[in-house]
Amino acid sequence: MLGDYMILLGKALRCCLVGPFRRKGPKLVHVIQQMDAIGVQSLGIVCLVVFFVGLVIAMQTANELLKMGTEMYVGRVVGLTMLRELGPLIATIVLGGRCGAAIAAEIGTMKVNEEVEALQIMGIDPVRFLVAPRVLAFTVMAPVLAVIADYVGILGGFILGICSLHLSGWQFITIMMSGLVVKDFVSGIIKSVVFGLLVGSIACYFGYQTEGGAEAVGRSTTMSVVTSIVMIIVADAVMTGIFVYIV
Amino acid sequence: MSNASQANESAASKDSPHIEVKNLVRAFDDRRVLDGISFKVKRGETLVILGGSGCGKSTLLRHIIGSLKPDSGEIWLMGKEITKMGDDEFSEVRKKFGMLFQGSALLNSITVGENVSLPLQEHTTLSPDIVEIMVKMKTSMVGLSGFENLMPSQISGGMKKRVALARAIAMDPEMLFCDEPTAGLDPVMTAVVDVLINDLCKKLGMTAVVVTHDMASVYRIADHIVMLHKGKVIFEGTSDQIKASKDPIVVQFINGEADGPISFKQTGDDYLKTLLGE
Ligand SMILES: Nc1ncnc2c1ncn2[C@@H]1O[C@H](COP(=O)(O)OP(=O)(O)O)[C@@H](O)[C@H]1O
Ligand SMILES: [Mg+2]
Repeated sequence: MLGDYMILLGKALRCCLVGPFRRKGPKLVHVIQQMDAIGVQSLGIVCLVVFFVGLVIAMQTANELLKMGTEMYVGRVVGLTMLRELGPLIATIVLGGRCGAAIAAEIGTMKVNEEVEALQIMGIDPVRFLVAPRVLAFTVMAPVLAVIADYVGILGGFILGICSLHLSGWQFITIMMSGLVVKDFVSGIIKSVVFGLLVGSIACYFGYQTEGGAEAVGRSTTMSVVTSIVMIIVADAVMTGIFVYIV
Repeated sequence: MSNASQANESAASKDSPHIEVKNLVRAFDDRRVLDGISFKVKRGETLVILGGSGCGKSTLLRHIIGSLKPDSGEIWLMGKEITKMGDDEFSEVRKKFGMLFQGSALLNSITVGENVSLPLQEHTTLSPDIVEIMVKMKTSMVGLSGFENLMPSQISGGMKKRVALARAIAMDPEMLFCDEPTAGLDPVMTAVVDVLINDLCKKLGMTAVVVTHDMASVYRIADHIVMLHKGKVIFEGTSDQIKASKDPIVVQFINGEADGPISFKQTGDDYLKTLLGE
């Protein structure tokens, strides 16, 4: 299973990285279509979720900070957790649930309906035609969404700070900025790239290995979502370890 | 030297069969689904592979088109042995044949016209106008002009089959493979698809291999018939010969009788045993 996954991932990466130089890369139209389906159309739901996450973090910490009279630091807490952790994490988990599932189901259905085989017979490489554009779109759109999620999450905290803690906007922002370094932002972006690659390739893998009928498609979809979420969290733990203790 | 060898090759390909299967064996988990199948198809001829459901017709076709590899035996297409070919070499062979799948296998996310133009866009550098004209040509050949902008989900099963046929012939292939092209169609549409396959093969000079279990279709399209039973070829010949056959299995099959040597009362274990030939 892991072996098949690595082979598919390897083929998809080779198609994306080496392919374009041999006129065997994924087609731009397909990549743009997928970027739209994965990135643009997930924007609303990602913003919605991450806004409330920012708000909740601010509410939870504000209480504690108030006890110590340090409520002006709420911006710093929200900023740090968003940039380093929750922006990338929440964005890709939402992507995995929304688009990863859709992709696993789509490719799975195509597999069951002999469409993938038909592509092969027509001499069209399914990896190039189906897998590579999706994996590429995921890898590119995950960090884009993560950056937007960072901002929207901070906005959630900002609104709480202004409305409930009566901080001035300027105060919130300057105190937040004074606690942030470039590494916080960059580490979050690197994480989101890895998460995006994971979710995209896992979804394609489970779609691609589907065999049987409608019920097999359902199973692949579930497996895709569960596996992506677990793998995102594991990868997050590993990378956080690296960023905190090594880099 | 190269001229001579080319001449040799073309001479050989004229005389030798267009498709030849030699002693093909394939087992799934110890069940020999194909057990020593051999036959030849001449250039321009239509071969019908006949047999009951689950007797290995689709499996046989999948071997011929190279998506499954046999346990042993050889498959020659256009004078080349394909079972030991690498992917790159085989992709050249693959460009010369079209396939009509049992379930049509149209891509559901794109329109009928885009389905037909897909192979052209992938394998040729024709300009979009020319591709459009060719798509119009192929769709009108299957009697579906004007349907190019519909989605596959918006057309009936019989129309899907015909679109899939248009897609299969988009690249003007030398060979056409059809897996139960008329399964699930009403008798009129069955006749329409059969006549289409016949006409297209004649017009484009294609060699065809058609899998079916419908006797009406067999008589309409077959130049040559191979009947499979329990992994073996039990009959090979023409339509007239199959009508005259005395083999009880063949007789039962072509007359569609419930009683005879092909038994339907089977337990799973019996089925396994018969497949294993015990
Ligand atoms: N990939 C596979 N794995 C295991 N068994 C298979 C596979 N494909 C086909 N079979 C078995 O081979 C037999 C023939 O199948 P098939 O070629 O689809 O029959 P049909 O003549 O109806 O087209 C069936 O008993 C089927 O269960
Ligand atoms: Mg079949």
